[in-house]
Formats: sequence, structure tokens, C-alpha cells
Amino acid sequence: MSTITEKESFSQSLINSLQAQGYSNDSQARKVAFEELKKLGLPEAKSEEYKFTPITRILSKSFDAKELVTESIASEAKVEDRLLSEFPENVVVFSNGRYDESQSSLKAVKGLTILPLKQAINEKSEIIETHFKNFPRSKDPFGLLNAAGWQDGLFVHVEKNIAVSSPLVVINQHDTNEGKVSSHSRLLVLIEQSAEFSIIEKTNTNGTLPAFHSLNEEIKVQANASFKYYKIQNDPGELVQVSNTTIYQENSSRTDTYTFTLDGKLIRNNLSILIDGEGCESHFFGLYLTKGEALVDNHTVVDHMKPNSFSNELYKGLMDEKSKGVFNGKIYVRPHAQKTNAFQSNRNILLSDTATINTKPQLEIWADDVKCSHGCTTGQLDEEALFYLQSRGIPKSTAKAMLLYAFAGEVLEAITDEKLRDYIDGVVSERLHKNF
Amino acid sequence: MLRIKNLHARVEEKQILNGINLEVKPGEVHAIMGPNGSGKSTLASVLAGREDFEVTEGTVEFLGKDLLEMEPEDRAREGIFLAFQYPVEIPGVSTVNFMKTALNKIREYRGQDTLDAVSFLTLMKEKIKLVEIDPSLLSRSLNEGFSGGEKKRNEIFQMAMLEPKLAILDETDSGLDIDALRIVANGVNKLRTKDNATIVVTHYQRLLEYIVPDYVHVLYKGKIVKSGSKELALELEEKGYDWIKSEVEVA
Repeated sequence: MSTITEKESFSQSLINSLQAQGYSNDSQARKVAFEELKKLGLPEAKSEEYKFTPITRILSKSFDAKELVTESIASEAKVEDRLLSEFPENVVVFSNGRYDESQSSLKAVKGLTILPLKQAINEKSEIIETHFKNFPRSKDPFGLLNAAGWQDGLFVHVEKNIAVSSPLVVINQHDTNEGKVSSHSRLLVLIEQSAEFSIIEKTNTNGTLPAFHSLNEEIKVQANASFKYYKIQNDPGELVQVSNTTIYQENSSRTDTYTFTLDGKLIRNNLSILIDGEGCESHFFGLYLTKGEALVDNHTVVDHMKPNSFSNELYKGLMDEKSKGVFNGKIYVRPHAQKTNAFQSNRNILLSDTATINTKPQLEIWADDVKCSHGCTTGQLDEEALFYLQSRGIPKSTAKAMLLYAFAGEVLEAITDEKLRDYIDGVVSERLHKNF
Repeated sequence: MLRIKNLHARVEEKQILNGINLEVKPGEVHAIMGPNGSGKSTLASVLAGREDFEVTEGTVEFLGKDLLEMEPEDRAREGIFLAFQYPVEIPGVSTVNFMKTALNKIREYRGQDTLDAVSFLTLMKEKIKLVEIDPSLLSRSLNEGFSGGEKKRNEIFQMAMLEPKLAILDETDSGLDIDALRIVANGVNKLRTKDNATIVVTHYQRLLEYIVPDYVHVLYKGKIVKSGSKELALELEEKGYDWIKSEVEVA
């Protein structure tokens, strides 16, 4: 008999531990998710959606299955981030997965409600029931794990016609100085018609022990409303993170999303934009800069369900050393979604012989009167350009940083908020050693 | 200033330069002419430090230093400037930022203070006039979408900014109409002093009507086979390169 059958699989022991926690009896939603997860299990090596991202193997090396679903020790580590001084108005901090009231600060804004999710479930059950009854929509195993075993979260409600000028900053901090950390958090956002809102979401990791974070998010953007979403992932160390983010758009709404991934051990972002309205616009940008042995995987979906909408996607990546990048971009255009314009572009530069990128555009178009295009490129740093800069007296290292920064610049320029662009520009410049 | 001795170079397995000897003194203008494939652009590239070429024999001394030992950026900082035959397009880097970085790196190397934004802009305005370049080009991405003439003019603008001791113009006339040629040549002439020198690499005599050389050298099969005064260029124009080829074959 082989040892594999004797030994309980990691996936199985995770499910057993989750059951032992008792969460799954807590509510019907948890129970349903748990049963689904039980059927599906964690992704295996052959799993199509995780083909290039051996997340289960990587997790099993760093964690006992039980540790992944047990609440981690509390942390009182202070968040130190320039974001807090740049955007101090509305800040929410989660420390090792728990809503951290002492570090959060919320200014009263008319028409804006921000509550810890557990409190909102008691006080705003009707709104949550009405607008988020399908949450989470994704059948991603980690989305299900989160749905069955989530620990804490946030609820945001922006009422009709309210334009909130300052962004909400959400910081997920993981402090592994006292031990490994695993957290499962969620975010529900309702933006009512003609309202405007933006979120800056950042993960911070302190310490060198393994950390795992699952994040389920759903943002509902109602008619004529606008939403901007900035995700900044820059975690040195051992963070494994899986986000399942769904943005649901109604008529004439507009969303702009930006995903910056600058560091982390394994980062998987599942971003789905469901365009269930006419006259919508969705712009989504990504920039991933990987080094060491990091693996960054962006799976995006834009689903055009109604006619006359526009989506544009630009993701760019720079892979160095032994790191890996994965990009999968799905565009669905449903039979009724005539006059859809959908564009996608993914461009990559490999900076070493050992870095890799797996990129796959996936277009499924059932409507016949549409404009869709996609393109992906992978190349090396342009040696001619490098020589050109050097021949003007610029040292090779500076020339390289200039070219990389120029490559990233296209995404940075797309950020319309000047203060935020400066902040992210600073983070990216530092990461690329652009100190000239 | 520049002393090339018995220079041999190859790209991959192909031997291109087969023993070049050349001496350039301050204030001089040398024209290097020759048929296609004779090694003209290779010579320019080897002097600027392009990595694709391997020097297999010979020496190059620039202002008393071993040029071949230096990285391309150090050659530039010592005072070499290559005006590219095909200037590279670099999206996302503006000429202004590029020049500011380059100039300050060169100044640092020479132990000079770096220029602040104001003095840089003042200097830039002065040079813009000198080479007659449209200032709006300079804030755009480097050479991106520029016409052939604009690219060449941008090369001369960069040369004006960096004030090299030895400028090497690699086929600067290629792809230029007569007006653009005149403007580019004018720029080069205005930058000439008794202390700097110019090497003009060209296939045609046309450019030499505007940038008048002190010496003309004919390169063929990787060697200088004939040197003379500016009249040699006229003779070449008239008789064509076959004249040189047959002369070499006979010898």
C-alpha cells in the first residue's frame, strides 16, 4: 500500500479541522460553503485554474492544515505606513485577521456607513440579504474556505448621490513575530446609485514566519455610481494570499481597479467584474513586479452580460531572479451583450533566465456585433535601449532602472488621484531602485 | 586625442575590422567613407562600446586612457559621443528627463556639481536654439513616433547638451532630406571648437559639403585603404567605390 493513501491528504485534514472548529454549523451560508469545499477540495497539481500555481503544495510545506483554520494570536503591532498620514480620514485596520478598533479611525460622513461585518450582519441584515445573497459567487476553493471559515470583515454602505471624496484605507496587517498567522477576512461594499467611492487596500506583513490570508470581497456598484479600487501588495517574507474580488456593475456605472503586486511569497488575485448593465465602463490595470522565488498570479474575468458596455484591461509584469508570473484574462460576452467593446493587453518582461511567465487570454464571445481585442507579449529588457542610455553616460544600473520604471509608468500614469499616484510611484520607484 | 592601432574586431564568428590605424587630433574633422559592409558602422560601435562586438586585436587610446577597457557609460563621461544611425525609441522616458539624468551623471563623474532644474532648463533652451529642434518634441517619449529627421536632430541636440570631446556621427545623413541635412550639419558645425574633434561616418559625399572634413579615409574590407584630403571624397563621388575596390584588388 502506498503511503499516499495511508496519510490523510492536506486538503482532507484541512476540511476535518474546519469541521472540528464548529464554524460550519454557525450559519446556513457557512454550511453550504463547507459542503462545497468538501466536495471540491483544495486545488491539486492538475487543477486547471491552479495549473501554474502549486498553492496547496506550498501551503502544506509551511502550515499544518489545522493552523490554517485556527484563529491566530492577536497582535498589537502598530501599522507604520505612509498611507495613514496621506489618507487619514477613513482608516480600517485588520490585525492578524481581527478588526482592530484602536488603530482604525472613521470620520462621520453623511450617507456613509462603515461597520465591522459581524455587527452589520445583526444591524443591517436586510441590506446584506438583499444585495449580497449570492456572495460569494465564486467557486474558488479558497473563496469557499473563506466563506465557511471567515473570522472578521467589513461592511460599507454609500447611500444614493453621496460622493465620498477621501478614499477608505483598509490595511490587512499580519504580524508573525509571535508565530504563524492565518486569517480569513471579507469585505462587502454597496455603492448606491450616483454615489462615488474609492478604496485603497493594502496588506502589510511583519516578521518572517509564514502567513496566510484569504480575502473575499464583493462590491456592488449601482446605476450611475462610480468606484475606484486600489490594491497594493508589497509583503516581504512568507505571505501567501488569495483574494476573490467580485465587482458587480449596474447601468451606466464606472469602475477603475488597480492591482499593484510588488512582493509576497505567493499571491493569487481572482478579480471578476460582472457587467450587468448597459452603458458601463470598466478599466482595470495591474502591475506585478516579482523577484526571489515569488509567485504572483492574476486571474481576471470580465463578464459582459448586457449590451453597450466598455471594458479595458492592461496588466504588465516584470519578473526577475527565480520568480514566476501567471496571468489569465477571461473575457465573456454573452449572447445579448451586443455592441460590447472589450480590450485586453498583457505585457511582460523577463529579467533573468530563470524567471517565468505563463500568460493566457481566454475570450468567449457569444454575441456577433462586438469589438474585442487582446494581445500578450513577453520579452527581455531591450538591449539596444540600454546601450543607447549608457552611451550618453548613464550607468547600466541606472539605465536599467529607467527602462523598468518607464515600462511600469504606463500603469502608474493611469492613476488619476495625484496624491495616490505619488504614493504608489514612490513605492514602485523604491522597489525598482530608481534613485536618480 | 584618439589613437587607434591595428584594431581587429568581430561580431560572433564574423571578422569585420581587420587592422584599423587612425589618429585624430583636437580640432580635426575626419570622414570615414566606404561601401556598404566595409565596417564603417562597426568602427563607430566599437569606439562607443557596443557589447555585440569583440575586439580581437589592437588598441584604442583616448586622451591617454585605454578606451577598450571602459564601459560605454565611462566612455561617454570621458567625452565620446556616438550619434546613432538608428536612434532608439524608448517609450516612457522623455528626452528632457533622459538628458537631465545623463548630464548630471557626466558632471558627477567629472567632479562637477549637478545642475538644478532651473539651470538645466536654461542650458536646454540655449541648445534648442543652436540645433533648431522643436521644444515640444523634448517632453515626449524619447524618439517615439519621431520622423527620421526629428530623430537625427534629437541626436545633435543631445550632443550639444553633453558637449563631447569626440563626436562620432554614424551615417547621420541617412534618411534625411536636404533641408534636414543642412540643419543637422549646421548644428554640428556650430558645436565645433579647436578642442573637440569629429568623426563623420558616411556613405555619400553629400554630407561633407556641409561638414567639411580635414581628412577623408576610405574603409574597405575592414581596413583603411586610402586616406587623403577632402578632394578624395569628391573623387569617390565621381568614380564610385568600384574604383577603390579594383585598386585594392590589384595591389
